[in-house]
Amino acid sequence: MALEAILVLPLLGGAVIAVGRGHRSAAWVGVAANAGALIIGMATAVRVVRHGSISGAGGLLRADALSVFMVIVIGAISLLASWLGIRTMAREQEETSGLRARATVYAVLVQGFVACMLLAVLAANVGVLWVAVEATTIVTAFLVGHRRTRGSLEASWKYIVICSVGIGLAFLGTVLVYLAALHAGGHSADALNWTSLVAHAHRFNPSLMRLAFALLVLGYGTKVGLAPMHSWLPDAHSQAPAPVSALMSGVLLTVAFYAILRFKAVADLSLGPGFARTLLVIAALLSLAVAASLLITQRDYKRMLAYHSIEHMGLITLGAAAGIRLAIAAVLLHILGHGLAKSVLFLTSGEIMAVEGTSEIDGVRALLARRPALGGLFGMGLVALLGLPPFSLFTSELVMIRAEFAVGLGWAAVLAMVAMVVIFIAVVGHARHMLLGPSPAPASPSPPRWVAAPLIGGLAVCAGIGVFAWPLSGLLQAAARVVAT
Amino acid sequence: MSGSTFSSTLTLAAGGVLVCAVAILWFASVRAVIQVVAVQGIALGMVAMVLGVHLHDPGLLAAAAVVLVVKGVVIPLLLSRASGGNFGSRESRPLVNVPASLVASAMLIALAMVTGRGVAKLVGSTAGALVPVGLATLLIGFLVMVARRRPTFQIVGLLMVDNGIALTAFLCTAGFPFLIELGVSFDVLLGVVVLMVFSQRLRTEFGDVDLDELQELHD
Repeated sequence: MALEAILVLPLLGGAVIAVGRGHRSAAWVGVAANAGALIIGMATAVRVVRHGSISGAGGLLRADALSVFMVIVIGAISLLASWLGIRTMAREQEETSGLRARATVYAVLVQGFVACMLLAVLAANVGVLWVAVEATTIVTAFLVGHRRTRGSLEASWKYIVICSVGIGLAFLGTVLVYLAALHAGGHSADALNWTSLVAHAHRFNPSLMRLAFALLVLGYGTKVGLAPMHSWLPDAHSQAPAPVSALMSGVLLTVAFYAILRFKAVADLSLGPGFARTLLVIAALLSLAVAASLLITQRDYKRMLAYHSIEHMGLITLGAAAGIRLAIAAVLLHILGHGLAKSVLFLTSGEIMAVEGTSEIDGVRALLARRPALGGLFGMGLVALLGLPPFSLFTSELVMIRAEFAVGLGWAAVLAMVAMVVIFIAVVGHARHMLLGPSPAPASPSPPRWVAAPLIGGLAVCAGIGVFAWPLSGLLQAAARVVAT
Repeated sequence: MSGSTFSSTLTLAAGGVLVCAVAILWFASVRAVIQVVAVQGIALGMVAMVLGVHLHDPGLLAAAAVVLVVKGVVIPLLLSRASGGNFGSRESRPLVNVPASLVASAMLIALAMVTGRGVAKLVGSTAGALVPVGLATLLIGFLVMVARRRPTFQIVGLLMVDNGIALTAFLCTAGFPFLIELGVSFDVLLGVVVLMVFSQRLRTEFGDVDLDELQELHD
């Protein structure tokens, strides 16, 4: 029942919001529903680590340690995003002079978006996983275009066209995997189930599997934002309302990455680790190069955060390429740390944009002096994202690099570190312009406490898991065992 | 259905999908292209139906019915409503002109033949031999998406990519389990609907534009 509850809770929240026509208290019910999904996810995690995987909904749903880890990531970030979404909805109502229809549509779509992502990671069948990931594209297209400005329309058009093509290629890859599974003696009804795939993978036709995995990386990689299929990402992330950017950057990218991780395990079993590693290393280094070169000249702080996501997706792809258990555990920790830090940053940038009225880096000056709370959050978020201690991204990056050296990918790790140094310098340069400087006027009032609290909480958790890995280490190791070579 | 009737009807239907793909490159009017893509959807449904009859597979027959209704009727109707009153609009300045597109499509078909051979051999039978047709449709769909600049043409290109993938899937594996097939069709339908909504919003916001005139966002 736990798995069904995790899926149904966000939808119930959405239903309450729809019935309550976007009333503030209904929106809080939505937040509570997401919190509930997170808590059940944590309880399920404890159970899965102790007693092994569980299934639900007549075998359609299945949760192993990897799935529940992703449920926790999705739950935590959707909690943050829906909490701050109340702020977005309130602003929206001001703009439309009290009309609640658009704010309601927005909040209901967000709940649907969260449910689609949860379905993607809980699906027992990789076909259902595909359907869920495609569904996220459809739901988020409306969210990206929500503000109906020219920019957001252009961004959502680009987003849906590029991602539909990408996800179409992933479908072709899934078909080929299915073909390989049928030929290896799978039954049509369950040939695409994860357990059956892993059990039969060593008998899959290798040339078919190579083609299939290449298509899957290309397809799901589009959704992850890996270069050279990343061009939709900065546009969509900069144009969407802040909580949506937080969800997309913090979890949607990594949900697509989760699909690659799963298929990589199948490809490794049938082809040996070499093939997947080569593909992923190429994609990772390209993404890092793109992110580094475009971050240097960035003029828009939301786009800066978006390119920063491409960098981090490159880093976890490189970690996955290493593929050993240590590397995968670090990749997963990085997914959580990046998700928390990036969503706090996007949510903070939404607040900054609302009060400053611009998303240009040049338009924001001396933020620390003028708006200490917002400036402090933004600065701390960047510190986390740049991989400095005490935040968990420091730990996970260090472990990933160690693992890459251990499997002979040291050269790639060195190239990645060069890109990271370039990015560090570029981002610190931009941040210095935005944050430091004397204030022309006395400090403005801080955002209300209920807005600041979840943001501070998110960063605190990100730091906490960096310092004390123990609550997570069992889960991380169990999850890594699912897909590591 | 006897063996030879089966293989000739299957070849005819699959060939129809590819012929429609090439025809779309030929036409410049929005109305004609929507009609051709409807015919393509019907041909795709026929492929599934012929396979379903041959294999006595009720799930596949149901999938064929879904494809016929969604891709042959519903999506084309929605598309022509979305471009409502704008039927006169034509692709006047394609990035790649018609003769060049046709030459390119011939090369793409050859490419599909080469890359699809391995898969074809593994599947065996008549269906397997037709896998390159599905891949060719997919590649020509890509060509339409990059070579044409009207929003409706890009939606049609996406549909062609999708039809090519669906054709390959039917030929390779005689379709997915029905539940997944249903989910896939539903997603495609919704995706097209979303794109149509956005193409209308684009028109109200920007006027009657080509897609490469969208230049709001850049680095």
